[in-house]
Amino acid sequence: MSGDIRYWLRENKGTLFALAAFVAMFALYVANHPAGLNANVAQTAANKGTILAIVAMAQTLVVLTSGIDLSVGMVMVLANCLASHIVVGTPLSATLGVLAVLGVGALCGAINAMIVIFGRLQPIVTTIATGAIYYGAALALRPVPGGDVNAALADAVTGQIGGVFPASLLLLLALVVLVWWPFRRSVVGRAVYAVGSSEVAAYMSGVPIRRAKFVAYTLSGLLASMAGLFVTFVTYSGEASAANGGTYTLYSIAAVVLGGVSLFGGSGSAIGAIFGALMFRTIGDLLFVFNVEPLWQPLFQGAVLMAAVCLGSLRLLRIRNRLELYG
Amino acid sequence: MGGATSRRRVDPAVAWAFGCIVLVLVVGSLYSRSFLSPEYLLQQLKVASFLGVIATGAMIVILLGQIDLSVPWVVAVGGMMSTAATGWGPLGEAMAIPVGIGCGIVLGLVSGAGVALLRLPSMVVTLAVNAVAQGLMVVHTGGFSPQASSSPAMRFLATGDTLLGIPNALVVWAVVGAAAIFLLTRTTFGRTVYAIGNRERAAYLSGARTGAVVIAAFAIAGGLSAFGGVLLAGYASKAAQAMGDPYLLPAIAAVVLGGTSILGGRGNYLGTVAGVILITLLQSILSVMQIEEFGRHVIYGVVIIAMLLIYGRGQKHSD
Repeated sequence: MSGDIRYWLRENKGTLFALAAFVAMFALYVANHPAGLNANVAQTAANKGTILAIVAMAQTLVVLTSGIDLSVGMVMVLANCLASHIVVGTPLSATLGVLAVLGVGALCGAINAMIVIFGRLQPIVTTIATGAIYYGAALALRPVPGGDVNAALADAVTGQIGGVFPASLLLLLALVVLVWWPFRRSVVGRAVYAVGSSEVAAYMSGVPIRRAKFVAYTLSGLLASMAGLFVTFVTYSGEASAANGGTYTLYSIAAVVLGGVSLFGGSGSAIGAIFGALMFRTIGDLLFVFNVEPLWQPLFQGAVLMAAVCLGSLRLLRIRNRLELYG
Repeated sequence: MGGATSRRRVDPAVAWAFGCIVLVLVVGSLYSRSFLSPEYLLQQLKVASFLGVIATGAMIVILLGQIDLSVPWVVAVGGMMSTAATGWGPLGEAMAIPVGIGCGIVLGLVSGAGVALLRLPSMVVTLAVNAVAQGLMVVHTGGFSPQASSSPAMRFLATGDTLLGIPNALVVWAVVGAAAIFLLTRTTFGRTVYAIGNRERAAYLSGARTGAVVIAAFAIAGGLSAFGGVLLAGYASKAAQAMGDPYLLPAIAAVVLGGTSILGGRGNYLGTVAGVILITLLQSILSVMQIEEFGRHVIYGVVIIAMLLIYGRGQKHSD
């Protein structure tokens, strides 16, 4: 039994580390916030963190297959622009609009998957190119920022439940329980981890490689579009901003790394990535409550990212044979 | 792959890339004759030079089987530090270009050390270096585009033309390119870069100084990115926030379109030249044809995918 726990701890070391770091940072933030922890502080923090957390989940799925998705940010922007057109009007039409946006997101992911699987192109170049295409589509939909969104729906998702609990955290929890856990426990989910650990070994063992990759990329697109929907709910408008897309893509990689997901694939969890994202967001807030000049914020964020990345090299201390360095 | 055989016959990927350049020009000339005029082509080559210098560094890193995501802010560091040095007086003005490039080399050394010594994935190390470089520049400039203008030498390199009307920027790219070809094909460093890209473990066991070569390669890439920033600042006579952002993805795309494997170990510089020219021409012709911006992005992406599907495909498992 204790062996099981030790194994579980080792498996989830990265996730637990991210969780602990986030809790410590957030506690520090709340302790120094002039207003303390009230519902509004929690709501603002949660809404800011949720967008990056969902994008980080999307990135995790692809990274687990030892790929990388540089188009997640652009799918998010595309979903944002589309949602600002069609998630409007009566509750019924808004609901249909949400479904359509999610469908488009899944389609973007599926296109990435098809090119990677059947075109046999490397994920990194594929998603650079498809990212340009998705951004073009977003720009076609919204040449200038604007649009609208169903306000009742937006307020429900970004508001508070019972005037206390931020609704966006519930959404995040729902994604973990309804999307991530079933995926992780399914045959396809296991196949994704197998492909990421060693594609050749997975192939030799008859693991459904193609199906695993297809599901991972498609689900990634779906999650990215969900983040885009959330952006729309927060801003009440759509904007085809290349800078936003690029920033979220890069931050999602940072969040994934902070969350203990291996960029080589096959190890880590979306839950870790969520805490990585929340931690990354909290760094910025911390500087705010400590009255650090806003100018120093990017440098501090960069330094923390650098330090967190360097922690990854601690594994070198355990290596006995130098050859293990050159995998 | 590579080595002796590729030296004798033309790499099909390079031939394809040059073929696509001709195709783009032919299609463009159907729209307007002026696409074939020497003035237009020379102007495009001049614009391509900035991307060419940056892509040279990106290529060396990609040949290692690594990737450099720090391009955007290392380019900006090059531009901003060189213009800042210009403001320090006559000595600073003279040292503007070396200062800019030197800052890039330092950032490249940090990335290289992270990859070679700490054994971290280059994607995250360079991402972190990019974030730190951005932070440093925001503090340095106060978050605004710096007022200092570029030195006469920078403007001379980026905008002048001394030799028979050939733009100086193009000459700079030619010199950088010739140096890169020499470095990659005629020196131990270059052969080691290819060897590491193919199998780092084998290169290490063969006694190659893999660590030093990786660090040097990243330092060169950092220096070239910063040099690109110096040229861009000379071209616009000022540095700007986010001036490097439009160069990361095109640089990688140009290298890959030129037939260099993103997994490392395979590719030659002529392909990168073709890739850079192709991307520059494509962007230019699409904008001259007055295709709306969204259409340009879509066509740009589709062309990259289509070209790679023709010649850049990976191996099947069963192969």
